[in-house]
Amino acid sequence: MWQFFHKLGSPKWFFGISTRFMPWLLAGGVLLLMAGVVWGLAFAPKDYLQGNSYRIIFIHVPTAFMAQSVYIMMASAALVTLVWRMKLADVFVKAVAPVGLVLTFLALFTGAVWGKPTWGTWWIWDARLTSMLILLFLYGGVIALDRAINDEKSAARAVAVLVLVGVVNIPIIKYSVDWWNTLHQPATFKLTEKPSMPAEMWVPLLLSVLGLYLIFGWLACVRMQTEILSREQRTRWVKEFVLKGRV
Amino acid sequence: MNAETRPAVQLASSSVGALAAMKGVFARDMKVAFRQRQDLLNPLLFFIMVVTLFPLGVSPEVSFLSQAGAGILWVAALLSVLLSLDHLFRHDFDDGTLEQLVLQPQPLFLLILAKTMAHWMLTGLPLVILAPVLGVMVHLDGNSIAVLCLTLLIGTPVLSLIGAIGAALTLGLRSAGVLLSLLIIPLYIPVLIFGTGTVAAAAEGAAVGAYLALMGAFLMLALTLAPFAAAAALRISLSNG
Repeated sequence: MWQFFHKLGSPKWFFGISTRFMPWLLAGGVLLLMAGVVWGLAFAPKDYLQGNSYRIIFIHVPTAFMAQSVYIMMASAALVTLVWRMKLADVFVKAVAPVGLVLTFLALFTGAVWGKPTWGTWWIWDARLTSMLILLFLYGGVIALDRAINDEKSAARAVAVLVLVGVVNIPIIKYSVDWWNTLHQPATFKLTEKPSMPAEMWVPLLLSVLGLYLIFGWLACVRMQTEILSREQRTRWVKEFVLKGRV
Repeated sequence: MNAETRPAVQLASSSVGALAAMKGVFARDMKVAFRQRQDLLNPLLFFIMVVTLFPLGVSPEVSFLSQAGAGILWVAALLSVLLSLDHLFRHDFDDGTLEQLVLQPQPLFLLILAKTMAHWMLTGLPLVILAPVLGVMVHLDGNSIAVLCLTLLIGTPVLSLIGAIGAALTLGLRSAGVLLSLLIIPLYIPVLIFGTGTVAAAAEGAAVGAYLALMGAFLMLALTLAPFAAAAALRISLSNG
């Protein structure tokens, strides 16, 4: 157990192991996402109320879902950075913050595209939209702080403090805007309840969420590997890797 | 800055209790601030000017101002606290006082709490005192003004406490001011929502007890957690230089 823990902290070990399962993550992710999106866009039944315009749900929900879970993953990694000073954890935070930003932006954008035919407006100061917008600001702040500090170690720890403060605030922000003003429909998936839509709709949705998860995993690995190579460029194994093409 | 205006912190002995140390830090910050009175006035002037911009820029109509007044005052107060945050640690950082504070045997988070309380006394409290005057100028009725002052009284310490985290994180960075705003404004949003929400509820004649209780909960949360985060951030920023 402890050996595994120590290995997990070693960038070289991570580099080797991630290279091995990255193709699987990518292949699985693309397959699931394609299946989910094609099924959802072309074969799933029409919504009785919204017609075809609801189909953007197969892109909107996965991105919105990922945008939030990426922040939670970042916060867990930030905690690991502060408590155990594990190198990989702060590589992870640094690598995925821009991905989270893009996912949040995509969720907001597809939401706006969906809002136009359904609510008749691109944007509305609704609770869910506003809290996603604030999430976008939080990601932006994390990236800005990381770029502003030159020293790698203090940047990592400062960013970790900020991410953790943000995670304390996320429920507060969520409830404050929830009570403030709301129009957005309630959550699509709940762990405790049966989905309120037919299986032909929620199965493809679930597939695309899983697919996006795997693709995110792949993307995180790619970005972490790049970051590791640039941080460890002076070590022998990186030099050997560059010369021979393998670890 | 010369040494006379900035007395040294004197709590080097570990026999000084934490409470006495907090008192020392608080008293010193007040003394330093009163030797630089202009710095105290600037956020207040900024507050008044931002409020002035709204009747001039949007509409001087009584109906608009009495509707939006509470929000305008809250946003202006938020911005002026944000503006003053740069001073919280900056001068102490520049002349090395902050490093001395970190080296004290007393827990750093308590000393930061004392500093933050001094910051609030010097910026937040004057805003609360000034708010009724500006409330009259934006045509709020008496009841709304009273509730507004109460929300500012509970809310501005939260702004100072959360702001301390941001100030500590951005200490010694280039373009720290803009970065500080980017990091802190998202965290200020809940306070703003409930602050203005309370006044809106009061204007409709609804009960404000629940709103005030929630703001009180924010204050408790910030009071207990923010000093720890600020202390951690401060240690990081100091080890950076």
